[in-house]
Amino acid sequence: MTARTRKRLYQTVGACFTAAAFLSVYTPIAVILALSVNDSLKAYAWEGFTLRWYADLFATDVMHDPIMNTLLVAILATLIATVLGTFFAIGIHALDKTRRTRMMVLNNVPVVNPEIVTGISLLIVFSLLGFTLGFHTVLIAHVFFGVPYVVLSVMPRLKKLDPNLYEAALDLGCTRFSAVLRAIVPNVATGILAGALMAFTMSIDDFVITYFTSGSEYMNVSTWLYAAIGRSRSFTPAAYAYNAIIFLFTIAAIIFINSRKEKKEREVRR
Amino acid sequence: MAKTLITLSGIEKSFDGVKVLSDFNLSIDENEFITLLGPSGCGKTTCLRIIGGFETPDAGTVAIDGRIVNDLEPNQRQINTCFQRYALFPHLDVFENVAFGLRIRKVEKAEIVRRVEETLRLVKLEGYGPRAVSTLSGGQQQRVAIARAIVNRPKVLLLDEPLGALDLKLRQEMQYELKEMQRTLGITFVYVTHDQEEALTMSDKIVVMNQGRILQVGTPEDVYNEPKNRFVANFIGESNIFEGVMREDYLVSFCGREFKCVDRGFAADEPVDVVIRPEDFDFVPPSKAKIVGVVDSLVFRGVHYEINVIVEGREYTIHTTKTRSIGDRVGLAVDPSLIHVMKRDVHA
Ligand SMILES: Nc1ncnc2c1ncn2[C@@H]1O[C@H](COP(=O)(O)OP(=O)(O)OP(=O)(O)O)[C@@H](O)[C@H]1O
Ligand SMILES: [Mg+2]
Repeated sequence: MTARTRKRLYQTVGACFTAAAFLSVYTPIAVILALSVNDSLKAYAWEGFTLRWYADLFATDVMHDPIMNTLLVAILATLIATVLGTFFAIGIHALDKTRRTRMMVLNNVPVVNPEIVTGISLLIVFSLLGFTLGFHTVLIAHVFFGVPYVVLSVMPRLKKLDPNLYEAALDLGCTRFSAVLRAIVPNVATGILAGALMAFTMSIDDFVITYFTSGSEYMNVSTWLYAAIGRSRSFTPAAYAYNAIIFLFTIAAIIFINSRKEKKEREVRR
Repeated sequence: MAKTLITLSGIEKSFDGVKVLSDFNLSIDENEFITLLGPSGCGKTTCLRIIGGFETPDAGTVAIDGRIVNDLEPNQRQINTCFQRYALFPHLDVFENVAFGLRIRKVEKAEIVRRVEETLRLVKLEGYGPRAVSTLSGGQQQRVAIARAIVNRPKVLLLDEPLGALDLKLRQEMQYELKEMQRTLGITFVYVTHDQEEALTMSDKIVVMNQGRILQVGTPEDVYNEPKNRFVANFIGESNIFEGVMREDYLVSFCGREFKCVDRGFAADEPVDVVIRPEDFDFVPPSKAKIVGVVDSLVFRGVHYEINVIVEGREYTIHTTKTRSIGDRVGLAVDPSLIHVMKRDVHA
C-alpha cells in the first residue's frame, strides 16, 4: 500500500468513526425532537405536525408537578451550590500547595463517584438523621453534587488572577470579606457562571440520586417518567416536548458560553 | 529631630524553615523617603509586606506612631501599597481602580471625582479614566497603581519597585514626580528597588540589605562614600576593593605598599578591606607614582572613559575624563581622603 492510499484509508476510517459517534449521540435527540411535534400518541407512526404537546406541557396537570419540582430544585440547588462552591474554591485556592491538592482530591471524589453509590449513601445518611424523604432531601442532595462542579470551574479562573488582588483590596480599606466580594468574585464571574450552568444541568439531568433521595411521594420529571414507564402507562408525548425544550436550552447555553469565550479571546488578542 | 513613625524591632521571618529576615531593626522617620536596596531575593518585599500587614513576623514588633500594630489588619493601618506586579483590578476601568479606596471609605461622590482626576493628572494619565486596565502599557499600569495608592493620602506609602517596567526616560521623569509628590503631600515613602542609582538619587535614607540582614543604613552620601563593608561598596557604585592591613591610625597597607589615609580606630595590624572608587584615581607621571601599571582596555562611557589598568597582575578600574591609549604605562595616585578603609566583614 502506498503512503497515499494508506492516508486515504485512515481518513475514511476516521470520517466513519466521526459519523458514527455523531449519529449515536444525535439520533436519539433527533427522534425526540421529531416525536415532540408528532401529532400522534404512538411513538412509531408519523401523523402530522403539531405543537399541541408543548401547549399540553403547561396546560394539563399531568406533568405540571414534576416539571415544577424539577425546576424549583434545579434553581434553588444551583443558587446554593454556586455560592457555596465559589467560596469553597476561593478558600481552597488560598491554601498552601499541598493542602490545596488534597482538598481538590476530596472535591473530585463526588464527581467521579458512581451516582448510585452517592444516591445510596445519601439515602442512608438521611435515614440515619431521621429526615423524611422529599423536597428537602432532594434539594440537599442536588446541592451536594453541584458544589464540586462549581469548585472545578472556578478554580482555573482563580489560578489566573494576579495573586495580590485580594491584598490590594485589603490595602485599600476592605475587610477580608468585602475584599473577596469586590476584588475576587467579579474577576472569576465567568467561572462562576459556567459552574452554575453545570450545576443546573446536572440537577435537571439527574435521575439516580433523585430516585434514591426523593421517597415515594415526591417526583421530578425523570423519576416521574421512570414510574410512568414502569407502570407501563403510556406516557404523554408532552414528555418528548419537555425533553426537546431542555435540549434546546442546553444548546442555547453552550452557544452562549462559547460565544462569550470567543469574544473574550478576541479582546485579549487585540 | 524628625519624629519616628515606624519602628521595626527584632523582626524575624522564615518561609518553610528558610530565614528570609533576621534580626531586622529599622526606624523610619515621618516624611522620610527611605529606600530598601538589595539584590533579588534578599527580603525587600517581605519587609514591606510585614509593614503593610500582609505577613506576620515570626518574632519582633512593628510599631507605627508608637503603637504596636502586629495584630492590626492591613485595612486598619494608614498605609497604602503599590504592589510589585501592580495588582490592578481587571474588572474595573482606570477611574474606578483609582477610586476604589475612596469608595470603600465612603467619600462623597463629587469629592471622589475631583480627587481621582487630580491624581490621574499627577501621574500623567489625564483622560485615561474610562480605559480598561488591560489595554494599558506596563508603564501606564504602573502609574495607575501609584495613583490608586496615593489618592488615599496615606501616612505611609509602600512602593515595591514601582518603576521597574518603565523605560529610562519615563523612569527618570517618574522618579522626579514621585519625589515631588512625597515632598508636597508629606507622605512617608518606603521604597524598594534593586537599582542603586535610583536609590541614590531619590532617597533621604538608604537601607542596604543582603540575605535578610541590614548591612548599612545611611544617607546616600554615607553609603556611597563610607560603605561599611565589601558588599555595600560593591553593590553601590563601582569600586576597587583591596585586602589590606591597618598599620596604625591614618596608615593603611595594601598591594604591598603603605598609604596615608584618614581612617582611625582600628587595632594595630587589623586586616581590613580598602575601597577606592574608580573616579578617585588620578593619572600621574609613572616616575612620581606609587602604583604603576599598563592600560589594558578603554571604554567610552559618555561622560567619562572607563579605563582598566593592570598593576602587578591585578586590574584597577578608573573613571576619568582624560584619555590614554591601550598599552600606555601610567602612574596612579589617590588622595588620602579618598581612601576608604572598612572592617573586614563577616556576612558579605
Ligand atoms: N510566600 C512565600 N513562601 C515561600 N517563600 C517565600 C515567600 N515569599 C518570599 N519567599 C522567599 O523569601 C525570599 C525573599 O523574598 P522577597 O520577595 O522578600 O525578595 P525581594 O528582595 O523582594 O526580591 P526581588 O527583588 O526579586 O523582588 C526569597 O527567597 C523568596 O523565595
Ligand atoms: Mg520583591
